[in-house]
Amino acid sequence: MPPNAVETDALGRIYKIRGVKKEKAIRKELVALADVDLKIEQGELFGLLGPNGAGKTTLIKILTTLLAPTSGSARVAGFDVSKSPQLIRPRINMVSGGESSGYGLLTVRENLWMFSQFYGVPSKEAYDRIDELLKRIGLFDRRHTKSSDLSTGLRQKMNIVRGFMTDPQVLFLDEPTLGLDVGASREVRGMIRQWLDENGSRTLLLTTHYMVEADELCDRVAIINQGRVLACDTPSALKQRLQKDALFEIETSPLNGLSVTKLETQPGVRTVTCQEEDGSARLSFILKEEAVLAVVINTLTAAGVKIMRLTKHEPTLEDVFVELVGHSMADIERSTKNE
Amino acid sequence: MNNQPAAGGKKYTGWRLFWHSVIARSYPRIIGQQRDTSWMLFDVVMPLGSVIAYVMVYRALKAPVEYVGFVVMGGAMTAFWMNVLWSMSSQLYWEKEQGNLALYIMAPNSMMSILLGMALGGLVATLLRAVVIILLGSLIFGVQYVVASPFELFGVFAIAMVALYGMGMMFASAFLLFGREAWAISDMVTEPVNLVSGLYFPIKSLPFWIAAAASIIPLTLGLDAMRQLAFSSGFKFGFLTPQVEILILSVLSVIFLVGAKYLLDYTEKLAIREGRLTEARR
Repeated sequence: MPPNAVETDALGRIYKIRGVKKEKAIRKELVALADVDLKIEQGELFGLLGPNGAGKTTLIKILTTLLAPTSGSARVAGFDVSKSPQLIRPRINMVSGGESSGYGLLTVRENLWMFSQFYGVPSKEAYDRIDELLKRIGLFDRRHTKSSDLSTGLRQKMNIVRGFMTDPQVLFLDEPTLGLDVGASREVRGMIRQWLDENGSRTLLLTTHYMVEADELCDRVAIINQGRVLACDTPSALKQRLQKDALFEIETSPLNGLSVTKLETQPGVRTVTCQEEDGSARLSFILKEEAVLAVVINTLTAAGVKIMRLTKHEPTLEDVFVELVGHSMADIERSTKNE
Repeated sequence: MNNQPAAGGKKYTGWRLFWHSVIARSYPRIIGQQRDTSWMLFDVVMPLGSVIAYVMVYRALKAPVEYVGFVVMGGAMTAFWMNVLWSMSSQLYWEKEQGNLALYIMAPNSMMSILLGMALGGLVATLLRAVVIILLGSLIFGVQYVVASPFELFGVFAIAMVALYGMGMMFASAFLLFGREAWAISDMVTEPVNLVSGLYFPIKSLPFWIAAAASIIPLTLGLDAMRQLAFSSGFKFGFLTPQVEILILSVLSVIFLVGAKYLLDYTEKLAIREGRLTEARR
C-alpha cells in the first residue's frame, strides 16, 4: 500500500506578532493552526474548506515547505517537511489564487517555460506540455501575449497551468478560482478533475471558501476554522450529519427588533443565521424536526414579522459549516474584516 | 511513491538543473531589455552626460590627455555599479513583493541558481549599455586605446565582474532581510562610493589608505587595472600593478560568492522559520 500523499500529526503553527520596531519584545501570539491531524491518500482530491483566516493557507505553506511548523509533524509524498524539504520539492507544486507571479514583460509561454526550468523539465517537453495545457484551459490563442496584458482571470489561468506543467505528485491549489468569473471557474474545475482522472497516482489538495466548489469537486473535505479541523469526510457523509434535521429558509419583512438570539433559544432550534438586506431578512434555520417550524413561525408572527417566502431544502456544506461553527462563513468573514 | 521524483517525464537534476535555472532566470532580464527600450535614455544618454561634463572639466583644467579615456571607461563601468547597487541588490525584495520568491524557494532548484541567473541577466543587459557608452564616448572624444594584452584586459574585466556581481548577490539577501533600511544605506553610500572608487579619475590621486579602503568595491581595482591595460600611460596612473589587483579581485570574488551563499541560506531558513519573507508581515 503506498504511503499517504499528505499526512499531518498534531500539526501546529503559532505566529509571533511583534510590536513596533522599538518594542522588540514579542507582544502576542496568534495560533494559526492547532492539532491538525489529516491523512490524504494518493489519488485523492481533498478539499480544505474554511473562511478567510481559518488557517488554510498556513497549512498549505507548511506542506509546501515554505513555513516550519511550531509543533507536530507533516509528511508529503512520504517525506517529512522539516527534515527533507529537498526531497519533497521536486514532487510538488502550488498555485495560489490572485497571485501575480512571473514577469509582465514575458509572454505567457515564456513565463511558463521559465518556471518549468526551475523543475528541470527539458525545454522541448516543457513547450509541448505548455501548449497542451494552454489549449485545455482556453489560453492557447494568448500564448504570445505579454502576461502584463492579460486580465486577472487569464493571468490566473496561466498560473494554474504553471502548477500542472511540472506534473507533480501532489499539487496544492490555494483558492484557485478566486477572482474568476463563473465560466472560467467552471473551466478550471473541469481541468482539475481531468488532470486527476488521467493518472491515479496524482493527488490534489485544494483550499476554498466556495462551498459549491468543494461539494462539486472534492472526494473528501475537511472543514477548518480558527486553525482547527472541525470535521473531515466525504461531502455526502458530512451532509448526512444533518439528514435527520429539518432545514428551512424563510424570507421575511424586517425583523422589527426581534433578535436572532431569541429565535435561537426557541426549543428545537439548532442554529439560525440571518442576512438582512434592504427591506427584508433571510433566515436560515436548522431545526431538530419539522414540527419545530410552527414554534419559529409563531415567534416571528408574534413579533410582527411578515413571512414572505418559506423553503425547505436539502443540507449543503454551508449548513454543515453553520452547524459545526455556529455562524455562516460569510458572517465570520464579515466580522474578521470589521476587527 | 518515494522513488519517483514526480508523476511524469524526465527531469534534469544536479548541475544540469542548476544551469538550466540560471539561464531561465537570466532570460527575463535579457529579453526585457529588448522589449522596453526606455533604458536607452536613462542608462546611456544620462551617464554620457556625466562623462561629457567630466571631460569638459578636465580639458578646462588641462589635465593629462589620458584622463579623457579614463572618464569614458569609468562612465561605462558606472553602469555595472549602478546595476548592482540598485537593481541586483533589490531584486529578491521585489521578487518577494511580486510573489515569485515563495515559488523560487519551493522549487527543487537551488536558490543560488536563481541569484546567479539574476546576476547573469543583469550583467548581460548592462554589458550592452556599457558598450554603447564606450563606443559613443570614444567616438565623441577621439579616445585612443593601446591594448598590449587583450586577453589580460578581458581577464581583469571578467574577474572584476565576478567579484562585483558576487557582492550584488550578497546585497540581495541583505536587502531582503533589512528592507527599506538597506535602501537608505544604499542611498547614503552612493555618492561617497562614486568618489572613492575612482569612477572618473585614477584612485592613485587619493591618499593610499582611502584608496586601499575603496578597494573593497571590486569596481575600484577592476577599473584601475583595466585603465593600466587599455591606455598607453600604463602603470603611470595605476594604484597597484594589474597582477596584484587581479589577485585581490580573485580573493574578493571568493569572499563575496561564499558570503552570498551563506546569507542566502540564512535568509531562507529565517523565511521558513518565522514566515517573515513569504508571508505578509504580521
